[in-house]
Amino acid sequence: MQGFLGPGHVCAIMGWREYEPLAAAYHVPIVITGFEPVDLLEGILLTIRQLEQGRAEVENQYARCVSIEGNLTARKMVEQVFEVADRSWRGIGVIPMSGYKLTEAYSDYDAERIFEVANIRTREPEICISGQVLKGLKKPNQCPGFGNQCTPQTPLGATMVSAEGACAAYYNYGRHMVTIEATT
Amino acid sequence: MPQNFALSCPLPLTQHKAVVMGHGSGGRLTAQLINDLFMPAFDNTILNRLDDQAVLDVGSARIAFTTDSFVVTPLFFPGGNIGELAVNGTVNDLAMSGARPLWLSCAFIMEEGFAIDELSQVVSSMAAAAKAAGVSIVTGDTKVVNRRSADKLFITTTGIGLVPDGVAISASNAKPGDVVILSGTIGDHGMAVLSKREGLEFEGEILSDTQPLHTLVAAMLGENAGAIHTLRDPTRGGLGASLCEIAGTANIGVEIDARSIPVRSEVKGACELLGIDPIFVANEGKLVAFVEAGSADRILEALKATPQGRDAVIIGHATENHPGMVVMKTEIGGTRIVDLPFSEQLPRIC
Repeated sequence: MQGFLGPGHVCAIMGWREYEPLAAAYHVPIVITGFEPVDLLEGILLTIRQLEQGRAEVENQYARCVSIEGNLTARKMVEQVFEVADRSWRGIGVIPMSGYKLTEAYSDYDAERIFEVANIRTREPEICISGQVLKGLKKPNQCPGFGNQCTPQTPLGATMVSAEGACAAYYNYGRHMVTIEATT
Repeated sequence: MPQNFALSCPLPLTQHKAVVMGHGSGGRLTAQLINDLFMPAFDNTILNRLDDQAVLDVGSARIAFTTDSFVVTPLFFPGGNIGELAVNGTVNDLAMSGARPLWLSCAFIMEEGFAIDELSQVVSSMAAAAKAAGVSIVTGDTKVVNRRSADKLFITTTGIGLVPDGVAISASNAKPGDVVILSGTIGDHGMAVLSKREGLEFEGEILSDTQPLHTLVAAMLGENAGAIHTLRDPTRGGLGASLCEIAGTANIGVEIDARSIPVRSEVKGACELLGIDPIFVANEGKLVAFVEAGSADRILEALKATPQGRDAVIIGHATENHPGMVVMKTEIGGTRIVDLPFSEQLPRIC
């Protein structure tokens, strides 16, 4: 993993201070990037420049939405309603103090308490490699289920269910590439 | 379908046991419901053409016949209300066959408790819209259901118009080589409604583009009746869904250039912020046309001479290549497939 494009709207709320120690400790450039095609191109360009210059900093490409402190009003609300908790991350496992849960004061709104979901365990089918795709270890089209058992209409894991998932993107925009090249 | 897992994130299941919102979004799920349930049940040559209206031979006349339901929330939005939408939407479905719209029917389903004041405003708007469009509402129906059995007001219309001689407009008539013309900016209506519904305030107010299009179509038909192959008003599902449907029905490829598609800056800004693709956002006052290449410039000029069509532009062409597929050259010069979305577009998450 040589560099990261940081999440634009997360940082619009939280700012980017938390990323600075990570960039320093692991010596990776982190470029907070927007969502339009030109944003992504610029984010990639800034990352490559850092790599070529041997820098490892947090840079803000999405300056029109993101400031270093983020949105202080929104952050206060988040701190009021949520508290930090352990969370399980797909493909990685449980990372301590890595997620949010509702505080006791807001427990009346906590779906996990109101609905009887405490004992439900979910697991993707064996064939699904969402975890490896999310970690950048495998590309979607390297999954044996890709395009066969697993499609956006019949997804087997999160990366195909979500319109923002890598597998859904590969399926929706990559599968016709061969057809186009053959006819031009 | 895999059986070996319990709950997971919302799955776009294809074997639905219950109707989901996606079935009404104008995308793939809607198409599936129509193809798998309604078409086989009602099966006839007219329905199978899947145009916005049915053109029927009655004696020596050709009658265009259409129906539509209006369930928009909120009832009142920047630029209009459900009443105007109902009249203009029905008029436009007829106009897309080249027909002169003449008569509408209108059925109201009202929720107990719905304010008569609001109903009155809606009805006044309908009267004004009908007058402006030169149509009469000649029959109707009125029903009231208990509180919470309907969301304030639903309106269902039918429309009848007359198709002039020499006009044969249908999705199946689109041909390779045709030029694709768009009559104006896209995304206005859908984003106006979304912004009102979700309480989003943008710096520039986004207004619905609801308007009747039959005079626009008449201007295009002018001297060029035979050259117009297909007309579609891109309502729910947007321009993208309309192009996909036409490509599929006519079995042609369509190539368009994103840079030629006009989008108002306030609509563009709202879409960018929410991660919504304007090409799939509903419009209520625009049309897309597939016309013979040789007549394209003339038809474009005729469009631009009208107030409703002043922003008209050529956005692409139909081709023999990649039949059934719509391909778009993107703003940064790449190529992408425009494919029917599965259901409603959701604002981006991260």
